[in-house]
This record gives sequence, structure tokens and C-alpha cells, in this order.
Amino acid sequence: MAKTSMSATHKDISFTLNGRPVTALAGNHQNLVELLQEQGLFGARESCAQGLCGCCTVIVDGNAVSGCLTMATLVDGADVRTIEDTGADGKLDAVQQAFIETGAFQCGFCTPGFILMTRQLLDEHPNPDEDQIRHYLAGNLCRCAAYTEIIKAVKLAAKKRKG
Amino acid sequence: MTTDTLGNSNAGAAMGRSIPRVEARAKVTGRAEYVHNLRLPGMLYGRIHRSTVAHARITGVDVSAAQAMPGVYAVYTAADIRKLIPEPYFGPAFHDQPILAIDKVRYVGEPVALVLAADPHVADAAAQQIVVEYEELPAVFDEVEAMTSKAVVHEVLKPAGTFPDLKHLKDKRDTNVALDFHLRRGDVQQAFADADHVFEHTFRTQQVLHLPLEPFVTVADPAPNQLVIHTASQSPSFVRIEIARLLGWPETRVRVKVPYLGGGFGAKLYIKLEALTAAAALIAGRPVKIALTMEEQFYTLTKHATTLRIKSGVTRDGKITARECEVWWNGGAYADIGPRITQKSGFTAAGPYDIDHVTIDSYSLYTNLTPAGALRGFGIPQLVWAYESHTDMIAKALKMDPLAIRRINILREGRPQATGTLMRDAGIEPVLERLAERMTWEKKYDRGSGTMRRGRGIAIGFKASISPTTSMAIVNISADGSCIVYCSTVDMGQGSDTAMAQFAAEALGIPVERVSVVHPDTDVTPYDMATLGSRSTYHMGHAVKNAAEDARDKLLALAAEVGLSAETTPIPDIFRKKYGMQAGNIIGIGSFIPPYTPPEPGTGLTTDATPFWMIGATGAEVEVDTETGEFKVTRLVNLVDVGRPVNPAIVETQISGATIMQLGFTLSERMEFDAGQVTNASLADYKIPGIRDVPPVMENEAVDMVQKTGPFGAKGVGESGTFGVSPAIASAIDDAVGVRLTSLPLTAEAVYRGLRANAGKPLQD
Repeated sequence: MAKTSMSATHKDISFTLNGRPVTALAGNHQNLVELLQEQGLFGARESCAQGLCGCCTVIVDGNAVSGCLTMATLVDGADVRTIEDTGADGKLDAVQQAFIETGAFQCGFCTPGFILMTRQLLDEHPNPDEDQIRHYLAGNLCRCAAYTEIIKAVKLAAKKRKG
Repeated sequence: MTTDTLGNSNAGAAMGRSIPRVEARAKVTGRAEYVHNLRLPGMLYGRIHRSTVAHARITGVDVSAAQAMPGVYAVYTAADIRKLIPEPYFGPAFHDQPILAIDKVRYVGEPVALVLAADPHVADAAAQQIVVEYEELPAVFDEVEAMTSKAVVHEVLKPAGTFPDLKHLKDKRDTNVALDFHLRRGDVQQAFADADHVFEHTFRTQQVLHLPLEPFVTVADPAPNQLVIHTASQSPSFVRIEIARLLGWPETRVRVKVPYLGGGFGAKLYIKLEALTAAAALIAGRPVKIALTMEEQFYTLTKHATTLRIKSGVTRDGKITARECEVWWNGGAYADIGPRITQKSGFTAAGPYDIDHVTIDSYSLYTNLTPAGALRGFGIPQLVWAYESHTDMIAKALKMDPLAIRRINILREGRPQATGTLMRDAGIEPVLERLAERMTWEKKYDRGSGTMRRGRGIAIGFKASISPTTSMAIVNISADGSCIVYCSTVDMGQGSDTAMAQFAAEALGIPVERVSVVHPDTDVTPYDMATLGSRSTYHMGHAVKNAAEDARDKLLALAAEVGLSAETTPIPDIFRKKYGMQAGNIIGIGSFIPPYTPPEPGTGLTTDATPFWMIGATGAEVEVDTETGEFKVTRLVNLVDVGRPVNPAIVETQISGATIMQLGFTLSERMEFDAGQVTNASLADYKIPGIRDVPPVMENEAVDMVQKTGPFGAKGVGESGTFGVSPAIASAIDDAVGVRLTSLPLTAEAVYRGLRANAGKPLQD
């Protein structure tokens, strides 16, 4: 790990961002969304700022977190993954393909959060039933209310993952 | 390089196809462009200091502590704005809203001062250090009280000059009535006297709001010769014209650019943050970004709360002979588009029924609340709530079936609506009949037993398209045969980029994959009235179709000029023959404004109120717990007439999304106020529908219809799914347990109170 220094207001941090090592000077008052914006990533979006809508979902050490409620300095040493983390071949994964094929979004503002949560859902429950889907995605809000299509997308993605 | 020709091989291949949205990949990879993402070199962040009282004279503003904070670039009040813009009032119908409060505040949350800083956290902290002294004035919050209240929100009415029908309101004093609209058809009082029965009911709807997940956001960049405004707006052309008017500049000195919107729903129309951001950027000489928080959306725009009184004369066999409607719209502190809603939706207040004698009185009221504007339906969901609940209450009193009373009374094709405009391509009857079929309405229904009772309800509504409005488009065919559509329609999630690509491809007979759509940029894309009221498919659809046909004609002429057959020659070969290489363009232009006849003053009658009608109906099934009043919506069936669907998959998402949004307005959403202060201004306390709130069974269908005057038979779809939801659910509850609710939202507590009242044991308040 890179050497770290601290001041009263900022801290040097190192972490892995979408598979690549990065260093940053993180403000003590900054949240993870702001840190990612400084890295040029805008797919995690602060909307409600209360951890209630899921638009700012980020994967930290394998777990989905609300970027708006995660202090930037806390990802020091962590593995951070965002919606921009596409494979080296640039291909869309089964979840992204399923969201497109079922038309599971309208304005797209909440979509990164839904896709990241759906991946985690399918990692834990490869064959989710509708109750599991509704329960797991209850923390993500979609004001366009593409919910019926999102449920279809999750089911299709589960099928696609099995090849 | 394409080998496509203008032959007919692709004709009919683009319309009616469920292709994925053109921006699908950008959206699932988090790379779609929103103003939310935009940062410019040297950019300052603006934070607004807002009023803490509902109605007051400002006696002092102390910005010294804020100004002294390290990192603060500047603090501006109305006095600073007026040095740049002497008359800093804006609005689409009335020039009543100041950029920052001048002398007075009229609602809690009104912008009073603005802090600029390079660090948004500094701006935020400084905005809280501003101290404003107020001398409070009496306030009015209720729309009916506002009719006669001594508390007057605006001393003088200031209608914008652009609407001839508002001219008579100029300089009117000491009234909260921003606009009154009246419709008079037949002789209602005589018909009431002749009727077998007369029924009268009053209904209420609550304040709710749009809450797009991308809150309002604007960036203004004062470039040397031009002010560039990047804004999450549904109306880029309006923003340019209104900002230019405020500054006294030619339109061309203001450039407005709009990428994708993270939701709009009618919130991001006209001027919201644009005037404040533009003024601040010009005064500061630096780019400025103002991005609101979720909380601040509660202080920016709401849907109109309403009180609706409706009275009907009915024969003993259920024919409605006369109807009198009074509607009071709670417009909040600034008129926004409320006066248009009052009139252009108000004239449908009697419902989709064939009634000989109708009066409508519709009032747009100022109150000391957050301003109200259009929200997915332009006032129609409030009206349908009242007239469909009223219809079922009449049916129940007459012991008639809800479907039967509608069959007797609905407006059939070719019959005159209340204004006198004939119903054309308005699928009221097919929508109602298909709904009944899908609900298996005439079969025996399992009503539950014990403490779980089941019920069902249906409701149908209709809407006129706001008229007359203009759309312009440009279609550019490149020398390789690809095509670009330039239009100012904003894709806020409804899929307009995709629909416009489909229209152009259909008109040119080329594959839709070869068409791209440029986002609104007022230096590039031509005028469009706005993306609102489900108007784009019809109006911009026509403009794009006209532009594509113009381009096609020009390409045919070019082929003839160079001696080639456009039918059989690949498009690139025509260009190459003319220009000797891959060079040149064909530019087609198109414009559209529908015919329209203004209503007669006083009677509101007209032979041509709208270019098309939107029809939406919902059937609901509920289960009610008779011990607690809790209820579940178990099934929603949504039927619409959208003409010919351009993209059936996107159309279905629009119906379903609109329905679920209206489900929130029906069951859980309500802005709570205390002395005009919103007390639940966050997603923690204001409950919008989540995935678990979606009923287990949702069915959506567009009936088989063609809008003969529409582009390729199409018309708008964005709002129709909202119309019937609230009254259908209220009727289903009544059907289940005999409790009729007349105020939204419908809550378990209200049902429980009704159950207790029915049992002769009413709860104390």
C-alpha cells in the first residue's frame, strides 16, 4: 500500500478502482460519490443523499454500498467497483444485456444502481423468485417506475448467466 | 457505406417496431450524459438561501457573515440581480416570479439570496449564515379560502403579453384568482329541475410533486459573445426566449443545450433555475452551476392540490342530462403554467360523457405554498378523480352497475364534447369495452369472506392536447446515406430520440439504425414549444416526418438532375455523381402547427379544441382487511388509446410507469405542511412507489386504433396511464367494504374510519 499522510482536513488514500490502482487526496467531508466524480466517473449519482434511493450504489470490497453515505476516506485500501467497470473486451454483461432487451429503464438515472444490485442479487441467488427480486431491489427507487420491466430483466439475466 | 436506396424496401420497417432505445448502451454503462455530470473550468457552485416564512415583507438581509467566510466568491440578493436585469420577473403565463425575492416572500422555501463558491460545501455552509428579517403577513394556504381571503398573495396581476386570452387580467388588483375559465352549454338549471335525481359531491386532491431522481440542475457559462446555458429542461426554446427577454438580448446571444434528463414529468419546464444561474454567471463573470438537493425540489414545483365540486342531473334509468363542475386549483405562490391547466384541462371537467347541459367554472388560485405546475397529465388526473368517483356514487345510488352507467353515457365517436368539438379518433368506447373484457366484468366475482373482502372498480378519463403549439425539425442526409434528425424535443426517459429516429426512417424508407438524433441545442436544433403534455409524438412526429419527406423530395430531385434513378441507385452514388466524391448534404425542413379555434369568451365553446384526444382507463382489484382498514391493490389493468404505437415496448413502459407513478399519488404521497412549511421534504418521509409497491398483477394494453391525423397514425402516450388509477381504486374499496373515500391519498386510516362510521361507531378525530 502507498504511504498515507493525514492533515486536519484531508487524507491521502490508495485504493483499487475498477481493477486499477489509484491514489487520491480525499477530503474528510467528502463522500464516495464526490471522490468518484474527481476520478471522472459519474455513473454513481447522488440523488436523495440519504441512502434511500440507490442511485449512488458502488461496490466496495464486494458489497453494494450507498456512495452518498460512505465517507471517501473509508475506501483507503479497498477494492472499489462502479458501473463503468466493463470487462476488458468492453462487452456488456448478462445483466446489462437483459436490461436493454427488456427495456428496463426510461430516464436511466437510477439504472447503474439497479444493475449493480441485480448482479449482487444473482451472485447470491442465481434463481431468484419474484419475491426475492422485489425484496432485494427494495432499496433502489425508479421514479419512471420501470419496475415490471426490471423484474423481467432480472429473470432474463438469471437465464443468460446460465448460458 | 450503405447500399440503401430510397426505394420502398424499408418502407413500413421502422414504425411499430420495438427496437431498443437508441441510448440504451450509454444508460446501462452509466455513461449517458446529464447536466448533473457537467463541470466547466473555473466553475462556481451556487447555493440558495430560502425563505423560512410563508408570507412576509423583507425588512433586512444580512449577508456579511456569509461573505466573510473563507472560500466564498460572492453573495447576491435581488438588488444585485436588478443591476443586470431591472425587471427580473419570469413565468410562462404571468411575469410574476422574481429571480430572487424582491421586498416580499410568498412561500416557505422561496429563493432570497445566492452564495457562490468554488467548493459546494463552502457555498452550502455560507448560505446558512445569511440572516433575513421578516415582517410577517397573513397567509392563505387553502384554494377555496383563497377565493375570498383577505390575505392577497400578489397585489397586482401581471399576465405575460403572449396570451391574448389573459390580457383582460392585466393590472387587476387584490385578487388571488389568477385566471377564471367558464364553459356554458345548454341550460343546466332547467335540466336539474327536470331531472329525476340530482347528485352533488365534493372531492379533494393533495399536494404531491414530481421528484425526478435527477433534481433540478443548471450550468450557465458566460462566454464572450454568448451566454451558454446547459440545463435539465423540458423546454429549451422557451428558456432561450425568456432569458433573452429578461436580458434584453437577441435570442441568438443565448444558447441552451440539453442532454438527457434524469426524469422530468412536467417539473423541468419553463424557467426554474435558468434565470438565477444565468444572472449569477453574468454578474460573476464565471461559469456557475446550481444543482438542487432532493429537499429543495419540494420548494420548487408541485402538482396542483384541488377542490372539485360536481353536480349532476340524472334520469331514473341512469342517463346524465346535466352537469355543473367547479374546480379550484391551488396554484401556490407563482402561476407557472397553472392558468393554462385551469383552462385547457378545465374544459374536460365534465368527463368523457355525452351531456347536453354543462357548466364548468375553473379557478386558478394563488396561495402561499410552493408553486404548482403540470405533472404528468396537466390537471387531468385530478379531474378524472372527481368525475369518475362521482359517476360511481351515482351508479350506486341508482343501484346500477358501474359499467352499465358508463355504457349509457360515454361520448361516442362523432358526438360533441362539452366545448362542442366533435370526438374524432377518440377510442373511449373501445377502451371501455376492452377493459370490461379484460376484467371479465360481467362474470361472477369472488368477493372474499370473513375479514378479507375483495372489490373492483373501473374508471376512464380523457385529455385534449394543449393547442395550438409549434414544432420544427431538420433532417440531414449525409453523403454516405446516413441521416441526422435535429429537433428540440427532450428525451427525459420517454424514448423520444428513438421515436423520432423511427419517424425519420419510416418517412425516408431507410433502416432506423442509420438515423441519429441530435440533442436540443438552440444554436443547432430549431424551435419546439416544449416536451410536455404528450405532444411530441404528434407534433414533433409530424415535423420530423415533414422534414424527412422534404429531404426525400430533394434527394429525388438531385438524382433526376444527375440522371440517376433514386429508386434503384444507392444513396451514396447519387451524392458521388453530383459532387465527385463523398461530399455534400441534403437538408430537409419540416414544421407543424395544428389547426385550432379558440374558445368563445364567456361560453368556452369551440368547434376545434384539440388536434387529438388521449384516452386512458384503469381497472383495479383490491383486498381490504375489515378489522384494520388496510388494503392491497392486487391487480391493475390499464387500457389506452395511443393511436398506432410507434414502439410498442416503449409504449407499454410508458403506460405502466405512468400508472405506478399515479399509484404513488393515490396511496402514499402527500406533502405535509405546517404554517406553509413542508414538514416531510425528503424521501425518508415522503413515500414514492418502490418495487414492492407494484401490484402483483399489472396488465397494459393499447387498443387497436389509428389516429388518422397523426404521423403514421400515432399520437401521445406519456400521461394516459395516469387517468383512471385513483378513482378505480377508490371504487374498488367501496365495492369491497362500502366505504367511499373522496380525498386523496387513500389510506388505511381513512378506510378504517369509514368502516367504523358505517358500523355506527365513528372514531373521534
